[in-house]
Amino acid sequence: MNKQSNVYTIIYIIVMVVVVGAALAFTALGLKSRQQENINADKMKQILASVHITPAKDSVTVDFDRYITRSLIVNSLGEELPGNAFDINTAEEAKKPVDQRALPVYECTLAPGDVKYIVPVNGAGLWGPIWGYVAIDSDGSTVYGAYFAHQGETPGLGAEIEKPAFSDQFEGKHMFKDDKFLPVAVMKAGQVPTNGEDYVDGISGGTITSKGVGSMIDNCIGAYSMFLKTLSENQTR
Amino acid sequence: MATENKNLSTLLNPLSKDNPVIVQILGICSCLAVTAKLEPACVMGISVIAVLAFSNVIISLIRNTIPTNIRIIVQLVVVAGLVVIVNQLLIAYQYDVSKQLSVFVSLIVTNCILMGRLEAFAMGNKPWPSFLDGVGNGAGYAIILIIVAFFRELLGSGTLWGVQVIPQICYDHGYANNGLMILPPMALIVTGCIIWVHRSVNKDLQE
Repeated sequence: MNKQSNVYTIIYIIVMVVVVGAALAFTALGLKSRQQENINADKMKQILASVHITPAKDSVTVDFDRYITRSLIVNSLGEELPGNAFDINTAEEAKKPVDQRALPVYECTLAPGDVKYIVPVNGAGLWGPIWGYVAIDSDGSTVYGAYFAHQGETPGLGAEIEKPAFSDQFEGKHMFKDDKFLPVAVMKAGQVPTNGEDYVDGISGGTITSKGVGSMIDNCIGAYSMFLKTLSENQTR
Repeated sequence: MATENKNLSTLLNPLSKDNPVIVQILGICSCLAVTAKLEPACVMGISVIAVLAFSNVIISLIRNTIPTNIRIIVQLVVVAGLVVIVNQLLIAYQYDVSKQLSVFVSLIVTNCILMGRLEAFAMGNKPWPSFLDGVGNGAGYAIILIIVAFFRELLGSGTLWGVQVIPQICYDHGYANNGLMILPPMALIVTGCIIWVHRSVNKDLQE
């Protein structure tokens, strides 16, 4: 058989594509449930990381169910919507106009009566998506803890946003100043924001990623401003 | 006996005399990207060894059936398929590691060493020598990655494998981490230094 003929080449490539395609489909299908489990467990771990809980490898689901006592979906007006908060693709929601978003909130009960509200944030860094979870006290303004992650930021530079050294800076900062919504800003070290909002230092050498964190907080927490305002009003009442 | 010697040199030559990174200057791009920390560099090295060894074997097995005019495409499809499978397996069984490597695993596809070895070796040799060649070249790549990452992490972050090794007392006396080390240009310069040392030792490589 002539191995250089067009017919042979075309048949060869078709067979190869079918074989490789089948192998990939087989792997993907075979591993899908395991991967989904990992992804869900990882998401739970990240949510818990924002309130400084690090579950053991096997007890992620158990711990998640224990601490996250309620999850709900709100809209930008703070009204509750039906649905499963955990399944919402927050990265997609963050791209929509604010009034069309479905916004998940996780209520985390650390001790009886000590409730934190965890909200997801999604944005873009230098190379790809960045995301995180911010836990806010029941006064609707004070940050209790934050967790950030990234897909492919530069190791040692932008990737440092996932380190506690960066995210712990957010603790105790306020999202409201004099009843006005002014989210925490991320500034170049040594600079101070002009509007008087609370701020944290960005990463030197990771300017674009740091800016991404800042605008991610503006964009995503901003959508929750009505919800958070209601929280703070309930608190003072 | 003769073939055994040949196999041995196939395996060992790429480690030094015929190293893909510092002699053939292939795979420099990923050498810059993943060497800021030791751990990702190691996992990346292992992944490349696995993909290179298996793609070499597969291509070598089907080498006599591949039509010459689409051989590059066939090689690419095999490599890409393997990389996707490795990535999927990592997600399923080693989720933390796969998260750490993120895009770098997929970028193995574009690693010049892979195409180079498939084209230069696997297309003309039997599966077993091809396997050894893949392992050897992958290991040669991994060694350079680890050496570069060692210096970059030590001097750039003061840590090794994430553990602080430069004592606090040095910082108290004015020592500072070299921020330039964690930027990509220094990877190139460190690689250049390795080539310099390597060539002064192996005079026959000097041009």
